Amino acid sequence: MIIPMLKGLMLTFNRFFSRPITIQYPEEKMPAAPRWRGIQYFERDEQGKTKCVACGLCMIVCPSQCITIETAEDEEGRRYPLTYELDASRCIYCGYCEEACPVSAIFMGKMYEWVENERKPLLLDTDKLLENKKVNP
Amino acid sequence: MHLLFLLIEIIVKSVVVFGCLMLSVAYLTLMERKFLGHIQVRFGPNRCGPFGLLQPFSDMFKSFFKEDLIPGQADKPLFVIAPMLTISAAIGIFAVIPFGDQFTIPRTSWIVQLRVADVDIGLLYIFGLASLGEYGIILGGGSSGNKYGLTGSLRAVAQMISYEVALGLSVIGVIIIAQSLRLTEIVRLQGGGLWHWNIWAQPVAFLLYLICGVAELNRTPFDMPEAESELACGYNIEYSSMKFAMFFMGEYAHMVTVGALAVTLFLGGWQPPLPALGFIPGVVWFCMKLFVLLFFFIWERGTFPRLRYDQIMKLGWKVLFPLALINLLMTGLVYSFEVVSWVVPAAVGLFFLAGILIYFQLVKKPFKR
Repeated sequence: MIIPMLKGLMLTFNRFFSRPITIQYPEEKMPAAPRWRGIQYFERDEQGKTKCVACGLCMIVCPSQCITIETAEDEEGRRYPLTYELDASRCIYCGYCEEACPVSAIFMGKMYEWVENERKPLLLDTDKLLENKKVNP
Repeated sequence: MHLLFLLIEIIVKSVVVFGCLMLSVAYLTLMERKFLGHIQVRFGPNRCGPFGLLQPFSDMFKSFFKEDLIPGQADKPLFVIAPMLTISAAIGIFAVIPFGDQFTIPRTSWIVQLRVADVDIGLLYIFGLASLGEYGIILGGGSSGNKYGLTGSLRAVAQMISYEVALGLSVIGVIIIAQSLRLTEIVRLQGGGLWHWNIWAQPVAFLLYLICGVAELNRTPFDMPEAESELACGYNIEYSSMKFAMFFMGEYAHMVTVGALAVTLFLGGWQPPLPALGFIPGVVWFCMKLFVLLFFFIWERGTFPRLRYDQIMKLGWKVLFPLALINLLMTGLVYSFEVVSWVVPAAVGLFFLAGILIYFQLVKKPFKR
């Protein structure tokens, strides 16, 4: 009865002098897990434009229906997204769009800190998705 | 003129002691949170100011601006008086504790005794006030018109009364040795180095005092009155704002006073551990010893789980109370036969007795219903 109590005291005493394992969040950050699914980004092709061919597969597969695409064709007959809109406030980060994409245009990123005061900035279009590539090396 | 100077001296001393006590209470809360954090391998509060040093003040301002709520079911006068009783009793105890030797003010012949009041019934005063502090908890829980509060204060009554018996008995050994209730006298007799401290003559009493003191403080192994998991918050469940803060401060001030009393009675008060170290002022030694005891209080809080209610009662009445009685008997015997040099062997014998007693009470029949 007494010896285990003393053992417990010794244990906590040793713990007292050990280094805390807390990660001080805003100063130090945990790297995201390798398969982490953050907000999406677009890959660029050789001309610096989006690789997206506006096939609409991501729009169909998206369970929360947060992707809307309007398709257009350029003069060479290539299809491209006239508007590509991803409503990040509705996205559930399932990653189906990345899986469905036949041309490897859309990817799930690593960014997990994103807060806005309004809904407007949460609507991502093609340019913003291309911008997101910068925070996902 | 002399009387006027005396009055000024007393007022200055009271204000300084009160200020130091409140400041140490504020930083004790921070220290407790920090140390508990490090015991649990994390940092404590470290956001507010450098190393979280402004945390007590932010807590204080927060509780100032909270709504001061009195429940409709509550007995209003008692509900308001209860926190005041707790905190005033806890602060009042500190008035008689000698925290240093005397010193002469430079270029005058005025001698300042480093204590607020030198009462010749110091220990009685302390136990009287400590019991008064219990009324705060009892009235606070009982008058709040809440079942949890009432249960908490009922438990507090039972626990504090049982443990006060052993606490009082453990202190009587020291009184027998010192032949005085005056705290300054008790400290003076312990002068002349580490080996003159009462802890060597009364080791069992010291342990009993620590255990019962923790029980009186309602701290973790014995925190029945505010068992979070069972009673939500216990006796202070309906309190908010400054009333809650007063309960909180009273609790921590009581913790400081229990530690200070243990230092005074058993650890030589402000006397240095070696006579050669006498050049360091007594206040420093007093604070260092007090810090060690406060660290112990926090340390054991971080270690031990809460006892069940019947276990607390069993420990109090079947282990600590007989031990205190045996300790008292042995001290009285040794002292009445005037063999003071036998005090140490008697203490050793007491350890054996304690071992036998604990064996029969706990090991052979461990805590069972």
